[in-house]
Amino acid sequence: MNQTSIELSNSVDRNISDDPLNDPNYKTVGEVTSPNAAMTTKNVNVYYGNKQAIFNVSLDVGKNEVLAMIGPSGCGKSTFLRCLNRMNDTIDICRIEGDIRLEGEDIYSRNMDVVLLRARVGMVFQKPNPFPKSVFDNVAYGVNLHGLSNNKSELNDIVEDALKRAGLWDEVSDRLNQPGTGLSGGQQQRLCIARAIAISPEIILMDEPCSALDPIATAKIEELIDELSQHYSICIVTHSMQQAARVSQRTAYFHLGKLIEVGATDIIFTNPLHRLTEGYITGRFG
Amino acid sequence: MNQVAFIQQGLTRRYRAEKRFKTYGLAAIVCGITFLVFLLGTTFFNGYTALLQTYISVDITIQESDFDGDLSPESLSKGNYLGIIKRSLRETFPEVTKRKEKAELYRLVSSGAQYDLREKIVENPELIGNTTTFWLLADDEVDVYMKGRIDPSVPEKNRRLKDRSITWIEQLKEQERIEKNFNILFFTNGDSREPEQAGILGAVMGSVFTILVTMLLAFPIGVSAAIYLQEFAKKNRFTDLIEVNINNLAAVPSIIFGLLGLAVFLNFFHMPRSIPLVGGMVLALMTLPTIIISSRAALGAVPPSIREAALGVGASPVQTVLHHVLPLAMPGMLTGTIIGLAQALGETAPLLVIGMVAFIVDIPGSPMDPGTALPVQIYLWADSPERAFVERTSAAIMVLLLFLVAVNGLIVLLRKKFERRW
Repeated sequence: MNQTSIELSNSVDRNISDDPLNDPNYKTVGEVTSPNAAMTTKNVNVYYGNKQAIFNVSLDVGKNEVLAMIGPSGCGKSTFLRCLNRMNDTIDICRIEGDIRLEGEDIYSRNMDVVLLRARVGMVFQKPNPFPKSVFDNVAYGVNLHGLSNNKSELNDIVEDALKRAGLWDEVSDRLNQPGTGLSGGQQQRLCIARAIAISPEIILMDEPCSALDPIATAKIEELIDELSQHYSICIVTHSMQQAARVSQRTAYFHLGKLIEVGATDIIFTNPLHRLTEGYITGRFG
Repeated sequence: MNQVAFIQQGLTRRYRAEKRFKTYGLAAIVCGITFLVFLLGTTFFNGYTALLQTYISVDITIQESDFDGDLSPESLSKGNYLGIIKRSLRETFPEVTKRKEKAELYRLVSSGAQYDLREKIVENPELIGNTTTFWLLADDEVDVYMKGRIDPSVPEKNRRLKDRSITWIEQLKEQERIEKNFNILFFTNGDSREPEQAGILGAVMGSVFTILVTMLLAFPIGVSAAIYLQEFAKKNRFTDLIEVNINNLAAVPSIIFGLLGLAVFLNFFHMPRSIPLVGGMVLALMTLPTIIISSRAALGAVPPSIREAALGVGASPVQTVLHHVLPLAMPGMLTGTIIGLAQALGETAPLLVIGMVAFIVDIPGSPMDPGTALPVQIYLWADSPERAFVERTSAAIMVLLLFLVAVNGLIVLLRKKFERRW
């Protein structure tokens, strides 16, 4: 343990429990709220059957902010991410408690329409999953679904704009009618991002978007995330700490279903407050 | 012994086992092909002669005195054509005089020949008063003899075609007054007690309507049930129970479905007997489990990532299934449908129970007309004592196989259309 954390754990700061894993009332280190929040979550618990996967997590997503979620495998970061657009609804045994609000609206309330929620909170998955349709249809699908274009030329503009913002236009403009599944892995993932941003969501959730990609494709996606953050709030789950450090402004560290620490990315990676965070980012476990 | 040598020692044994396994597989395939060739070979060998039918040429002089009245179409159709044919036969064989011999002579020609003659005369009344050569349909025993399937060396009392008839046939042969032509009647007639007049069209149309009803009922219901069970139903004890029961239903003997149809459709709902509509409904019940099981498997094989992708851009669950999952599962569903329909097409037992085994001469024009089906027709003909039904049974089997290939081909085409590169 380095000097800082010893100092802190011996200090009177009662926020830092030495044994967060066995402490049911563990309180996350750092500032979980955001002054300009797009999405707020309070005391979220997630259960798969009898097994609890997420313990009492509160975390805000700020506007135009890239929030990275890191942590060892099975720590619940993907589960938490999927709560934010109710993708967990598709899992029968999954039960969610707590308060998750998008612009102040409770997304788990009866009045919230899941279809509308998912139009406002887009998602990019770990494995590129384009539809087995043409490149154009992949991007146009969501737009048509929600009736966002009035005519063919408007639709063309939306698709072109989405592909441009996803940095894919130059590569696919001459083969919009070819199957999206015929693109390379990195192109497929950018196609999925284009598909998500074509319907202009407020927040984009990304679940390890680069884990199936080579370093060059990864670099392209990271650049893209940087650019997208000017218009959207982005939550990204990643296994790569370098990636979290490169693309995010805030980082949240999850460990065995608990949110251990949240803070500005540069602080987390240079001067973590909790010994578990420090252990993870210095590579002692993971 | 070092390790390499040890492994090498085992290798020969492993390769030997591999070779042995290959041989077993090859032997199984050869065995299967042999049976298939044998089956198709005997069917074809027995059946190909049904494509030909014997006709006897007789000079017929039609006199005005054969008809009562004014030779209007009505009086023409009431003429004594059987008498005309008998007279012409007597003229052809003037040496036949005894009553018993005459009766045997008349039997050379099919009992249906008089109706053919009537049709021709009503169409062309100008033939009256002239002598015209007509080709009359020969009796089935004559036909069988002409095809070389009656052995004259068998003692006379053991065959239906007597020596005298054979002499006449040989005489006709010498005069080139008897010949075999393409058997168009087999493809245009319904069933008949007389083999030479019996055709397959009634059974084919019955099968077409039955399978049509089965397909139209079983496919949409089966696919809908599979989609609901696989995609929407909550997994609980009740759905587990349903699943187990569907699997059990797939193994229920088909005659049980026939009895169910008899009890429910005929006795309770009082639907007519022997109609392809009821047959199709019963076969649909029988086919449903097969279609549901294979459709569920096809839906389950669609990668979950596609569902997530669709849900992720805001598609509702129904849109997700209809736009993405269903098109991808369609080829698999159609494969299950092929299996189910092929099974239904060859099914006899349930149709017997609901009365589609009745002797029906008329060709059904709709699913509501009484009819029979190809496998039932095969069963009926195979059960008939006349020698000429043997070749017709085999020919009907060939028609059934062709029908099966046609239905399967149609579905394979559909499947090709839906298949997408992944």
